[in-house]
Amino acid sequence: MAYRCDLGGERHTFADLKQVLAAASPLRSGDELAGLAATSDAQRIAARRVLADLPLRVFLDQALVPYEADEVTRLIVDTHDAAAFAAIAHLTVGGFRDWLLSHAATPEILAALAPGLTPEMVAAVSKLMRAQDLIVVARKCRVVTAFRTTLGLPGRLGTRLQPNHPSDDPRGIAASVLDGLLFGVGDACIGINPATDSVENARDLMVMLDELRQHYDIPAQTCVLTHVTNALPILERGAPVDLVFQSVAGTEAANRGFGVDLAVLAEAHDAARGLKRGTVGDHVMYFETGQGAALSADAHHGVDQQTVEARAYAVARAFRPLLVNTVVGFIGPEYLYDGKQIARAGLEDHFCGKLLGLPMGCDVCYTNHAEADQDDMDGLMTLLTVAGCSFLIAVPGSDDIMLNYQSLSFHDVLTLRATLGVRAAPEFEAWLDRMGLTTPEGGIRELEPRHPSLARLMDRASRVA
Amino acid sequence: MSDDAPVPAGDRWATLRAATSARIGLGRRGDAMPLDAVLDFQLAHAKARDAVHAALDTEALAAALQPHSVLQVRSAAPDRATYLRRPDLGRILDPDTPLRGGAGLVDLVFVVGDGLSAIAVQAQAAPLVQACLARLDGVSVGPIVVACQARVALGDPIGQALGARLCAVLIGERPGLSVADSLGIYLTHAPRPGRRDSERNCISNIHGRGGLSPERAADTLVWLVREALRRGVTGVALKESAALATGPSKAPAISPVANGDPPASEPTEG
Repeated sequence: MAYRCDLGGERHTFADLKQVLAAASPLRSGDELAGLAATSDAQRIAARRVLADLPLRVFLDQALVPYEADEVTRLIVDTHDAAAFAAIAHLTVGGFRDWLLSHAATPEILAALAPGLTPEMVAAVSKLMRAQDLIVVARKCRVVTAFRTTLGLPGRLGTRLQPNHPSDDPRGIAASVLDGLLFGVGDACIGINPATDSVENARDLMVMLDELRQHYDIPAQTCVLTHVTNALPILERGAPVDLVFQSVAGTEAANRGFGVDLAVLAEAHDAARGLKRGTVGDHVMYFETGQGAALSADAHHGVDQQTVEARAYAVARAFRPLLVNTVVGFIGPEYLYDGKQIARAGLEDHFCGKLLGLPMGCDVCYTNHAEADQDDMDGLMTLLTVAGCSFLIAVPGSDDIMLNYQSLSFHDVLTLRATLGVRAAPEFEAWLDRMGLTTPEGGIRELEPRHPSLARLMDRASRVA
Repeated sequence: MSDDAPVPAGDRWATLRAATSARIGLGRRGDAMPLDAVLDFQLAHAKARDAVHAALDTEALAAALQPHSVLQVRSAAPDRATYLRRPDLGRILDPDTPLRGGAGLVDLVFVVGDGLSAIAVQAQAAPLVQACLARLDGVSVGPIVVACQARVALGDPIGQALGARLCAVLIGERPGLSVADSLGIYLTHAPRPGRRDSERNCISNIHGRGGLSPERAADTLVWLVREALRRGVTGVALKESAALATGPSKAPAISPVANGDPPASEPTEG
């Protein structure tokens, strides 16, 4: 079905719903690469006018990716909660935007609504929202998950400590873990991206991280971000797997490109829950996503980059994740060109994930071929923290020496805690206090070289392997 | 180094720093990084960006490749800004580029492309090609093609046009903060447009800061070339036999190109 809009003396026509959504999206290089972006700035606004007047239920009536051809569409349709949706079933997309911003949309009401929303609905409404709208509404969404720490509580910001090393050297990794702990980082997860993605290597790293965690009695979960098909045999052998990681995308074909489907994710989810390693909760999955993944696998079905990204959250939602992370600036400038596009995408992804009921975090990051620098990251980390982001990634000095890109630094986390008053997860905060790392005001203390806690932490890290 | 307290004797951080090049133990000014660390980081980022945007000096490269004949081509991406936004254009030849093969097939064609680090190519490509040629007795090698605004897959139409059984693309890898001049090699059997990344073998991290040396890379490539010619295949199938033949210690350097998982293992090629 075609859509049209007369605007400022010009007639704009759109062949179908996918084209309306794509043209309504704020400009980004990935949609230009796919040939889906609006052909002019005026056409973009015409598409938003069309979108604003569409009933929300159009996304239940028209599948952007065919039901028969795609298991992600089937998951979205088959698990849609019509009773939850009933509260907003009468609204247009524009009316939904206004309602979300209204004081009637309280945290409790938004939480109850989440199962009634589809990724396409939340992607559509995000295209009608300014950055501040995305922040205001996401901040109202409460998503609490738990394993050894409780994440997503009001006034809290979790952090993943990412201690990567180009050759997976255990001492190098331990040194970076120690550095992060001294900044109070790691309550969401201490997680390594392995340089070599094999069963044996991942298992060795898991054992090393688990020994480190137990030695210091840290209430946090560890993860080696190995492929789920590596995690399964490791789980079978009874290795210490806290969280199962996997990159996921918004179509069946894109997930096949990642070497996964819903069945293998379900198998891993069951196996990891069966270990019962969590102390305060049983959320055991860690997913990563990012705009551009489906297009890069040539598996986007003509759907714009941001909408197909939101569909990845339906995949994540099916497996009760502890953490979902959009690796927003990692994929490169052909998908998100500069700091402005990266920041907008980060806020969109966080908003869409939260509205769908996910514990959404972000890797505030960029590559050296993107038009971005740390000033852009300072902006996005502040915006996301104000928006109530569940967790952020941090690496030593912002420099990931294995993946060759820049993320946030441990120092950045301190700055967010000091300026915006956000604290670590309560269980982790209590541990920091026991270790003598907190100040009376709730900040993180810089330990004197001879402080007994520092000596104890450093000696162990020096002895690893 | 920081400007306050001198590092005490037996500083435990020294032990830890020896184990990683990560920016650990930087110290604090309030909650922020010390200025020295900030400026060190900014210099590394500036060098990486300069590497991305530097232009390849094709004349100097051709001179360094003498006495072998050099063909110069460009991709369909007219400039760096377009190249960065449109990887598809970097994979096809400029329509105005004349490129014809000689009579009959050759075993191997080298394509030297700027990719995402022209400085890596400028510094390392010629010695690496020369080192390979010295080891390639009995293998017929076509002209060396120098390509601007090139992605890895630009080797496919070039190799096809030149009638090559194998195409080896030497290309600048995406610069990181610690290494801005790392070179990668991608070897493809029966090159033609549409080849998948899983049909290539990659030798990555060729650089002088703890990476693979040109001699070692040349040894590995020549071994791969001979095996690929013998078995008529590159990619995953060849990687598996390589791992069997050389043992696990060499296997990580010879990987099929990862084609999934952008968060963890996006190819860092140009």
